[in-house]
Amino acid sequence: MNILVCIKQVPASNKVEVDPVTGVMKRDGAASKMNPYDLFALESAFRVREKLGGKVTVLTMGPNQAAGVIREAYAMGADEGYVLSDRKFAGADVLATAYTISQGIKKIGTFDIIFCGKQTTDGDTAQVGPEVSERLNLPSIANVFEIDDVEAGSITVKMDMGDSIQTAKIKFPCLICVDKDIYTPRLPSYKRAKATAEQEVTILSFQDFEDQDEKHYGLSGSPTQVKKVFPPAGRADAERLTGSSGELTARLYDKLKELKFI
Amino acid sequence: MGKLIVHNDKIADKHEFAKKCPFSAMEVGADGNLTINSACKMCRVCVRASKNGEVEFVEDENKVLLDKSLWKGICVYVDHVEGKIHPVTYELIGKAKELADKISQPVYALFIGCGITEEAKELLHYPVDEVIVYDMPELKDFRVEPYTAVFEAFVKERRPGSILVGATTVGRQLAPRIAARMKTGLTADCTVLDMEPNSDLSQIRPAFGGNIMANIYTPNHRPQMATVRYKIMEAAKRSEETHGKLTEKKLPADKLKSGIEILAVEKKPKVKMIEQADIIVAVGRGLKRKEDLDLIQKFADSIGAELAGTRPLVEAGWIDGKRQIGLSGRTVRPKLIVCLGISGSVQFAAGMNGADNIIAVNTDPEAPIFNIAHIAVVGDLYEILPALTDMIKNGKAAN
Repeated sequence: MNILVCIKQVPASNKVEVDPVTGVMKRDGAASKMNPYDLFALESAFRVREKLGGKVTVLTMGPNQAAGVIREAYAMGADEGYVLSDRKFAGADVLATAYTISQGIKKIGTFDIIFCGKQTTDGDTAQVGPEVSERLNLPSIANVFEIDDVEAGSITVKMDMGDSIQTAKIKFPCLICVDKDIYTPRLPSYKRAKATAEQEVTILSFQDFEDQDEKHYGLSGSPTQVKKVFPPAGRADAERLTGSSGELTARLYDKLKELKFI
Repeated sequence: MGKLIVHNDKIADKHEFAKKCPFSAMEVGADGNLTINSACKMCRVCVRASKNGEVEFVEDENKVLLDKSLWKGICVYVDHVEGKIHPVTYELIGKAKELADKISQPVYALFIGCGITEEAKELLHYPVDEVIVYDMPELKDFRVEPYTAVFEAFVKERRPGSILVGATTVGRQLAPRIAARMKTGLTADCTVLDMEPNSDLSQIRPAFGGNIMANIYTPNHRPQMATVRYKIMEAAKRSEETHGKLTEKKLPADKLKSGIEILAVEKKPKVKMIEQADIIVAVGRGLKRKEDLDLIQKFADSIGAELAGTRPLVEAGWIDGKRQIGLSGRTVRPKLIVCLGISGSVQFAAGMNGADNIIAVNTDPEAPIFNIAHIAVVGDLYEILPALTDMIKNGKAAN
């Protein structure tokens, strides 16, 4: 079994603010971590490997420092890792990101299953996984919360459809986006981290790809444009209550009564 | 489109200049030169910070401009499972009609499934000009490849300028497939949509994982695609009379092949969802211990509310994921939401901004939640709630 997991490095803190006067973004710290949703994709891959054997490869896109999440995946049990990094990839939206990842995957090899997490905590779109599957022309399923069975040639999974559950059998090769909590992710092992400290993380850049048209990557390959960013607007009709806790309790009670909720 | 060019000769202190990037995407290499790496989000803060032309934005040359007049109309994807239309569809039709009227273009509803033609007639009671139905046995259950094939055929034939899709399980898989196939832009979870006179769709969504909104355009590609969550937009009203027409379409069966076989579809047991609640009490990190949830639950019970919470509480395992409000949880639009000890990130706000009444209690007078609250209470939930719960109970007893 050849299994690939797509992971991402995200900011450890969500604190980004826009100065309302200058429109300049401020972000505290450059600390980063693995996207928490990806831990579930990794765990799913390890479970499949435990059953059928094979190799788990991990891939990320980002600056060279993103190799940090590949090392973390090594410490959890991944066998091989790649970072797609090039300043030509800068400013990529979902379409260009998914295309870059699909080009990277084609360069690395062929896989029976590609696992992705539900979404990232910085982009929050949940769109990159499905777009990658389109670019690789693979059947795909998202919102997978259970793996029923995996055998040579196919995997049977349960998809959460909101009011109902669909059980689906998908032929390899395929792409699967798993939900949070599908399995409890294993912790990185200190022993394995030490053992893999010298293991190579391969960096792939634009020149390694089959498609050498720069217009398909980064900002040039992105149909969407962020015209402006701004802090969310406040409410003009807001009423502010201050005072002692006793006063606040009484006034809140009156408000709830006035609005007829009690 | 275009790219950023760094003029290293104009930068005196490269390490200092690199700090201007909010995404740490500028780095000084071994050769002492400043470069921009792939962490760049093209926010162009560096360009604005360039007093002496340190970083310059250069537009692409020879850009072929799109003829927007060839793409007309706004399409709504009719979201459904086994023919049962999801209510987000009527909300999208309401928004599509409003946008279409601004540029005098038609509204299409695209309905893909099996045994759905009768149900499709219901859509004619809403403000759509044409309902296009693909009713074929191969489309019985949602499988992404055949549904994408049908959607693609529709887009290539009708050339709609914009497409709105509900951010449901199906919509979140189908919309990206179509966007990637048409090589166009897709903006997830839009909270505000507007139409420009030149038919460009203005899309606003929370972005960059922070307390920021982004206004996003797809200026040179069609169709422009957006997903919108349930309960964000106002639903269109049903009228007694019907208008518009229904067009039945087919696609050759050999175009509907799939590597997916659906083995079973089962109904989930009905559980009370926070989406249906009229009153919600939501709690955030202001809660100090899991045991204190009891205090919140008692207050919720006293006003007949459902309990909900923020992402950190779900991640800590204090409340169930089904009760999470926000971009990665549920969207709610209750008559009243009381937010207790919630700072109010954009992610959270995106999930409850549409509530009729928002009351927020927080000890921090600067908490962002107060920007969206109708009634902002600067106080300690631990001091207010027990007394308030008692007052409500006694008040009720006295009546």
